[in-house]
Amino acid sequence: MSDTSVVSTQLDIEAIRAEFPVLHQQVNGKPLVYFDNAATNQKPLQVINALKHHYEADNANIHRGIHTLAERSTTAFEDTRKAVQTFINANEAEEIIFTKGTTESINLVASSWGRKFLQSGDEIIVSGLEHHSNIVPWQLIAQEKGAKVRAIPVMENGDLDIAAFSQLLSDKTRLVAVNHASNSLGTINPVKQIIEMAHARGAKVLIDGAQASSHLPIDVQQLNADFYAFSAHKMYGPTGVGILYGKRSLLEKMPPYQGGGEMIKEVSFEKTTFNDIPYKFEAGTPNIADVVAFKAAIDFINRVGKEHIAQYEEQLLTYATSQLKNIEGVKIIGEALHKVSVVSFVVEGIHHFDLGMWMDAKGVAVRTGHHCTQPLMDRFCIEGTTRASFSVYNTIEEIDVFIGALKDIIKKLKP
Amino acid sequence: MSQSIQDVQNEIIEEFSMLDGDMEMTIGYVMELGETLEPLEEEKKTEENIVKGCQSKVWLDAQLQGDKIHFKADSNTAITKGLVSILVRILSGRSPKEIVDADLFFIDKVGLNRFIGTQRSNGLGAMIKQMKIYGLAFATQVKSQ
Repeated sequence: MSDTSVVSTQLDIEAIRAEFPVLHQQVNGKPLVYFDNAATNQKPLQVINALKHHYEADNANIHRGIHTLAERSTTAFEDTRKAVQTFINANEAEEIIFTKGTTESINLVASSWGRKFLQSGDEIIVSGLEHHSNIVPWQLIAQEKGAKVRAIPVMENGDLDIAAFSQLLSDKTRLVAVNHASNSLGTINPVKQIIEMAHARGAKVLIDGAQASSHLPIDVQQLNADFYAFSAHKMYGPTGVGILYGKRSLLEKMPPYQGGGEMIKEVSFEKTTFNDIPYKFEAGTPNIADVVAFKAAIDFINRVGKEHIAQYEEQLLTYATSQLKNIEGVKIIGEALHKVSVVSFVVEGIHHFDLGMWMDAKGVAVRTGHHCTQPLMDRFCIEGTTRASFSVYNTIEEIDVFIGALKDIIKKLKP
Repeated sequence: MSQSIQDVQNEIIEEFSMLDGDMEMTIGYVMELGETLEPLEEEKKTEENIVKGCQSKVWLDAQLQGDKIHFKADSNTAITKGLVSILVRILSGRSPKEIVDADLFFIDKVGLNRFIGTQRSNGLGAMIKQMKIYGLAFATQVKSQ
């Protein structure tokens, strides 16, 4: 390991790759290069086996059953809750609510907290970097309540304009909802500072951590976040599992989000009393098997080590960025100083749709389009980008394949 | 234009079969076909003429000339333009009834469904639907002529 090598890591990447069966296949006759990790990343055997084991050995509905399988399922389900608590350093496991994804986590807060605490004339501040899922739920509740949604502008390099944010904050601000890292550009936002500034004006803060959860250390107590939302499937875990962290003091004051089984204490036709948190927000049978398997994903990240993952991904990002910059006609969108392993770019004279299709023909999976961030695309006066995003199992060699493919496509398509 | 809709489709199937299912060659050929598309006047590229459901933008214009419908189209992406050009080649210059009744079997035979994928073939589906809607709309005009 020398300082001059392109990538130095303590990780055995080949061994890690061997844990991901899906990576070892040909797509359109070419070895798969999977660079769509910001959309969802792949699952290690540990997770796949945990899912299989649950259905083969333990499957039962949780919390109410008195038989052995119900006990095993319940224990496994609640073990994941504890693992999540530790993973984000929440004060207690009851502050972890399982949802079906980041989107539902945000909708839960918008519906429940928003319906109770928002009033006409109040303001919600989002940012110009947000995914539609951290814009639209706020627009819906704002419309219902006569509140207003305002947006922190994005600077040319892809960073948020914090000075402008400071101007937007006022006594009318009730909530600030921003992402920890941008899905489109990769920008890592100064969420601790944003939270401090919002709290100073008495506003609550929700952090959309979907793009941060597998790349950055998350400590909700240190951040002092009021709400933190993320998804299992972007951190090597199964789809259909989301997490909402909320401070106990807030969650307890919030009304239920959906009604049904599990969330009640007692039901009569005259009056129903609700269960304690987190169950108050988990109506109906949850996604038991995927929640159980999600613990294996957390174990995977902990075993490999988040700081090792972050360090290695940073090297992949740096290498890919420098290679892209060498290609004439390629313009990187978003060059914030602090980024997760996402690089978005446009190619002069070539539509991202054509580029993405041709990349696929060469076995390279990238994402093209507006990435569910249309306001951000408007900000940069573009229709969309091509986005490559990296996970710990990706390699420098794969980036070389991607760059080679890109050069070849440009040569073919350039008018 | 003496070839039937079936004949043109068979011709297209034959052309694509020479590519041996190679994805890059297929895409390249689709793009090449796009370049042969009769240009659509800039003023016809209106919001009204945009076909909904496409991931990329497609403008489709239809004019009744005598008892035949003449299609012109364009797209902002080369691949979609190629796909539209195939539809135009098959359906333009046909009677409204022929267009409405057309069975577009070439899509499965050429493997376009497979390589376009669900989301994008919905776009192709939307184009076909729009062409058939024009067929229906013009059918009444032709009858009353």
